[in-house]
Amino acid sequence: MSEKLKLEMVTPYKRVLSEEVEELSAPGSLGEVGVLPGHTPLLTTLNVGELTYKKDGETFHVAVNWGYVEVEDDTVTVLVETAEPADQIDLERAKEALGRAEDALKSLSPEDKDFKVMEAALERAVIRIQVAGKRH
Amino acid sequence: MPSLKDIKKRIGSVKNTQQITKAMKMVSAAKLRRAQDAVVAARPYADKMLDVLSNLALREESGVHPLLQERGKGKALVVLMTADRGLCGGFNTNISKKAERFVRENEEGFEDYDILIVGRKGNEYLKSRVGDKITKVHEHVTGNINFGLASLLGEEIIEPFVNETYDAVFLVYNSFQSAISQELTVSQLLPIVPKEIEGDGYSAEYIYEPSRGEVLEQILPKHINVQIFRALLESVASEHGARMTAMDSASKNASEMIGKLTLQYNRARQAAITKELMEIISGAESIK
Repeated sequence: MSEKLKLEMVTPYKRVLSEEVEELSAPGSLGEVGVLPGHTPLLTTLNVGELTYKKDGETFHVAVNWGYVEVEDDTVTVLVETAEPADQIDLERAKEALGRAEDALKSLSPEDKDFKVMEAALERAVIRIQVAGKRH
Repeated sequence: MPSLKDIKKRIGSVKNTQQITKAMKMVSAAKLRRAQDAVVAARPYADKMLDVLSNLALREESGVHPLLQERGKGKALVVLMTADRGLCGGFNTNISKKAERFVRENEEGFEDYDILIVGRKGNEYLKSRVGDKITKVHEHVTGNINFGLASLLGEEIIEPFVNETYDAVFLVYNSFQSAISQELTVSQLLPIVPKEIEGDGYSAEYIYEPSRGEVLEQILPKHINVQIFRALLESVASEHGARMTAMDSASKNASEMIGKLTLQYNRARQAAITKELMEIISGAESIK
């Protein structure tokens, strides 16, 4: 396919990516969202999860936190709080975080204020480990 | 007339001071570079956020979301961003004065103000002047700015706004222009004022997931955090810029002073030599 999508991924800390890609798949809040060139304008919020995109036939994986995706005129803007490409994830740290979150959750009851925080941390850690496993 | 020894001592102490100011300048220059990069890196995110937000907000009827509601002129919160440390020229004083003036002269016409301060120096300045209005002070946080800190501040600001303790929130901070100039900035944080979009650049019909209202609901609080984050970064970068400039001129002043003192020292030495010579000559004369 000759047509391509322009993908921009931005976090508050830096511009993570700015590339031409063939397709993109993001963890939308209502389920997986796939974007191909010629997609109709779309704005969706994202869940914590794994974003994948295909560039020159190769698939890349990125772990993302809360954010949203805007699609307009074959330009995809991804604004997320954190974005970690698979090859930049520190697996050791992710595993540590997972362990910490699990321990904390055991000692907390679901009514606790921190429960949700730790639950979210657990989710993030799981995704990071999952994505890290897919590195090339 | 100070003795030779005294002058030498002074030169030594000025030299010591100069060494310190020079080192501080170098440190600030390095920190400035890092802070500057962070500011530049944060800009696309903040700008894009405002675009999307404005696009959304303009389509919604006003007053649909509490953070967009224009309310009366009751109480306002002023969020002042200063540094924790001094020795950066007029940086802290200027911005604190700006906040004081803003509250005292009351150009926005609010009935009352509260002040939330980030940084130790702002608190030191305002405590004795408008101490009764200070509600909270965050000290020693500017060393390591991250998004978590901004979110924390965001929560602290959004909650009293939503439950109508405050009718507006203003940010007072130094926005970073360049290494040698900062601009005192007062910007309205809440209620959010959507940017007018020119032309019909955004006329396309969007698909919103989950729904427009919900997207807006999620984005608004984030937008506040992003604005705070950006202001913090700008303030920190400005601080380092101001300190660098201040230390640079301090080093220059020290050089100048050393020059003057050296001249004085040499004169005194010369005078002593002349005096000694004269004594010797007149002594020799008298023996003849």
